[in-house]
Amino acid sequence: MKKTPLFETHQALNAKIIDFGGWGMPVQYSSVLEEHRAVRNAAGLFDVSHMGEIEVKGRDALALLQSLATNDVSKIPDSGAQYTVMCYPNGGTVDDLLIYRHSQDHYLLCVNASNIEKDFQWILENNKTPAEVTDLSPQTAQLAIQGPRSEFVMQKLTETDLSSIRYYHFQRGKIHGIESIIARTGYTGEDGFEIFLPAGKAADLWREISEAGKEEGLLPVGLGARDTLRLEMGYPLYGHELDQDHGPLCAGLGWIVKMDKESNFSGNFIGRDALLRQKEQGPGERLIGFEIPGRGIPRAEYPILKNGEVIGKVTSGSFSPSLNKGIGMGYVRTEYAAPGGELEIGIRSNTAPCVVVKTPFCKSKVKK
Amino acid sequence: MNFPSNLLYTKEHEWISVDGGKARIGVTDYAQSQLGDIVFVEVPEAGRRLKKQETFGVVESVKTVSDIYSPVGGEVLSVNAGLEAAPELVNQSPYEKGWMIEIRIGDQGELAGLLSAEAYRKYVEEEAGQ
Repeated sequence: MKKTPLFETHQALNAKIIDFGGWGMPVQYSSVLEEHRAVRNAAGLFDVSHMGEIEVKGRDALALLQSLATNDVSKIPDSGAQYTVMCYPNGGTVDDLLIYRHSQDHYLLCVNASNIEKDFQWILENNKTPAEVTDLSPQTAQLAIQGPRSEFVMQKLTETDLSSIRYYHFQRGKIHGIESIIARTGYTGEDGFEIFLPAGKAADLWREISEAGKEEGLLPVGLGARDTLRLEMGYPLYGHELDQDHGPLCAGLGWIVKMDKESNFSGNFIGRDALLRQKEQGPGERLIGFEIPGRGIPRAEYPILKNGEVIGKVTSGSFSPSLNKGIGMGYVRTEYAAPGGELEIGIRSNTAPCVVVKTPFCKSKVKK
Repeated sequence: MNFPSNLLYTKEHEWISVDGGKARIGVTDYAQSQLGDIVFVEVPEAGRRLKKQETFGVVESVKTVSDIYSPVGGEVLSVNAGLEAAPELVNQSPYEKGWMIEIRIGDQGELAGLLSAEAYRKYVEEEAGQ
């Protein structure tokens, strides 16, 4: 099992460790519900060092990224970030990622842990430019601090004026003396930061943040609550809502697909033709969000039915700690995707009625 | 970890409390601690006949789904209706308020194969140590 630089820290906190895509990661420290509520009401500290960081540098960096990403990378300002996917020629997803722009010639890509090697190879194989591509994952740690008290807690540890960092922007600065990238991004729907720092300093910063957040009710948060938090926001997770067969359009991510982007390279990007065809014909299936008003908790892989006929499959499902009921996402045939529609979830030998709803399930509180 | 000595246990982490021809069944303190926050419990209706080792219910935490097996065969006499509104009782009081079903034992002989508190404690320590 691969370990992050914080593995011993998690063990010392008595975390329950699970295998997450080959990584030994904390799924919970005390209680998933408690950790979830800490993030919604106060603050939570996450080790997300398993995520990958790939640097793209050089005069052709923008051209390379424009040829791979579906979003328009030229629109990212310096010190800005953008959500995008990379697609295969057939329109399926290689990965979803954040691109952070230092300057026109220098970018940092934050990719999913289970896809680091695949993404790195994909970028190298499709790099027809002299741009330099480097996998910085092994020497980079990443902490996320999320929740309404995040700024207050972090401001105790840095002279960088955090209130000046807007949503989807970042600054380089020192936190507790450690050179970091401080980004106002996250995966919870709360205000907060994601911090990139040298792997060797991670345990030190973890301790400082835990201490600084104590009075505010900050808790360490594992992957269990990370998943319920992102699900309540309707955020996709690679391997569930996005995969090689499910591209951005059917996943409801049309807003990050720019068919006509400005580019100093060419207008084309990998997957564009397939996505254009999908857009014209309309995808055969669509990602929906749904709630179960009665008893029952949906889980990934459960069938979605209409009047007893299988019309789709759950991709993510859980008990929602904020709504106190079962919620989920899944793919259904397009004609059943309209909000308000009444469907059923097959749970063991029974079915539970569910209602198609617009996502997010809970109101996002990020600082726009 | 608490394993009352007046109960019998299974390797699937159920307990059974025998009172003459009747018995109560639930999941152990170890089981609830491994599952984490329990948010859903499904139990059968009274009157259902269970075989030894048959799945009679499901307990779900935020992240996991686990079957519950009947330690012995018998007929379900009553179920703990309180768990529908308060499944967290299984976490808070696994042997008392978190009981799941009460049965009339079909064959007292089946009790012989169950674990004592001491044997169960050893089994759990080995499992946790792995």
